[in-house]
Amino acid sequence: MINIDDLLAKVKYKPDTVSHLIPNMELCKACKNRVCEKICPAKVYEWDEKEQKLQVTFENCLECGACRVCCPHNAIDWNYPRANKGITYKNS
Amino acid sequence: MKEFDADIIIVGGGAAGMAAALTAAKGGVKTVLVERGDFCGSKNMFGGAIYTTPTLEVYPDFVREAPLERGIAKHNYALLGKNDGTVFSYDEGIENGYHAYSVFRPKWDRWCAKKAEEAGAYIVPSTVVTDLIKEDGKFVGIKTENEEYRAKITILADGVNSLLAKKCGLRKPMEPKNAALSVKQTLSLSKEKIEDRFNLDENNGAVYTIMGGPMLGITGLGFLYTNIDTISIGVGITLSDLNEGEKAPYVYLEELKEHPCLKPLLKGAEVKEYSAHLIPEGGYNAIPQLYFDGLVIAGDAASLVNNIHWEGSNLAMISGKYAALSALDAIKKNDFSAKELSSYEKRLNESFIIKDMKAYKNVISSIENNSDAFLGFYPEKINEFFAAFTSTDSIPKRQKYRSYILQTLKERNILKLSVDGIKIAKLALEAIL
Repeated sequence: MINIDDLLAKVKYKPDTVSHLIPNMELCKACKNRVCEKICPAKVYEWDEKEQKLQVTFENCLECGACRVCCPHNAIDWNYPRANKGITYKNS
Repeated sequence: MKEFDADIIIVGGGAAGMAAALTAAKGGVKTVLVERGDFCGSKNMFGGAIYTTPTLEVYPDFVREAPLERGIAKHNYALLGKNDGTVFSYDEGIENGYHAYSVFRPKWDRWCAKKAEEAGAYIVPSTVVTDLIKEDGKFVGIKTENEEYRAKITILADGVNSLLAKKCGLRKPMEPKNAALSVKQTLSLSKEKIEDRFNLDENNGAVYTIMGGPMLGITGLGFLYTNIDTISIGVGITLSDLNEGEKAPYVYLEELKEHPCLKPLLKGAEVKEYSAHLIPEGGYNAIPQLYFDGLVIAGDAASLVNNIHWEGSNLAMISGKYAALSALDAIKKNDFSAKELSSYEKRLNESFIIKDMKAYKNVISSIENNSDAFLGFYPEKINEFFAAFTSTDSIPKRQKYRSYILQTLKERNILKLSVDGIKIAKLALEAIL
């Protein structure tokens, strides 16, 4: 079985310094199912139980929008990365 | 009244936007296309293949000039069980040329951008459009991170997520059942190995449409396209089914690659790129209003996808072209009103785009509502039939067929089977009448 990190290592990124994905932590705290953790094809979201916060590895984002559509609480302020940032596909 | 910076501004350098830019520039008006990626195509992915006839309508020279991978000559349909599968194959007669070509969107779209530029369009890459300018209820241009550009008509071709349509209330929020997530891997494999393994003449390509396997019973399909020295393999699964399932999207794809029917084809192939994209799957019923004062919507942003036939980029291209033709008419008349731009919808209605989408308007919801049967039970039954038919195990054939039929009736009674049959017949009639 392939590791998602190995897959993401094959994608060309120019990471931004600020996140283009901004979850509403209050809504995330109350969320029961956290669909974002499972739905994301780049494993961007991980709930940190200790910190009680959603960790967002926005640098890995493939800009698909699945989390935006799936979040039942509409809790993710979803934007495109700024100009010159994010993914650049070559062979897709 | 403030000056216009352009006659037509197009948001998004994908299939729809670039066909619009080329058509508009050819019409002799000042055309600007704004793309958020470093170059047109840099954020784009699809299966995928482009279809010759609709593509020729926009790019008459593409067969000779464009960066194509392989001409599709072989169509394979794989109905996969958990560990078995039935594959049938159709070899297209290619004496009159190919009906589709596999391409990479970053390369193909870049070529399309060059054609639009040659026709006189200004392509502005690396620029994120953050808002639309609205004055007196009319759309009169765009805002980027740094500037405003004013235009007589804006063509919104900003893709499946269309944040601008959402922000300006032009489209209802997308529901998880009306979108599929596609994840894809591009795998390196030598040209010779591809031609040997897929039984292809030199430069010919193969396509697989894949049902079942890791996606048994859910609304998801697999796809595979051969390129020159790579293979594109992926899955497209409805977001609502991904929501309800246990697995991450890339796990379905990994499991598909491990399926005994596909694994030998991919042996030794290394991952070259990984990508993901949403597909609008709402069909006809999800198409938003397409024309407003000073603005029209094209391509994925308008939900123009016929997913049953893997058609999206061709609908995008043609809708982009029609959007530009209607915009050109409006500019000629100096009337940018919604009423004038409604000619765009008329063009779409008269074309294959809306005709096909109407014919199929209930297919996807029916498949979704019955995915356990249409994408689970029946594909498995076909494999079970072949398992019974091919086994030589000293059981009398009559007994074997009887037990196959009895088992089928036990799993899905005659009433349910009849209802399924009626559903299929109804959808078929809707498509042809």
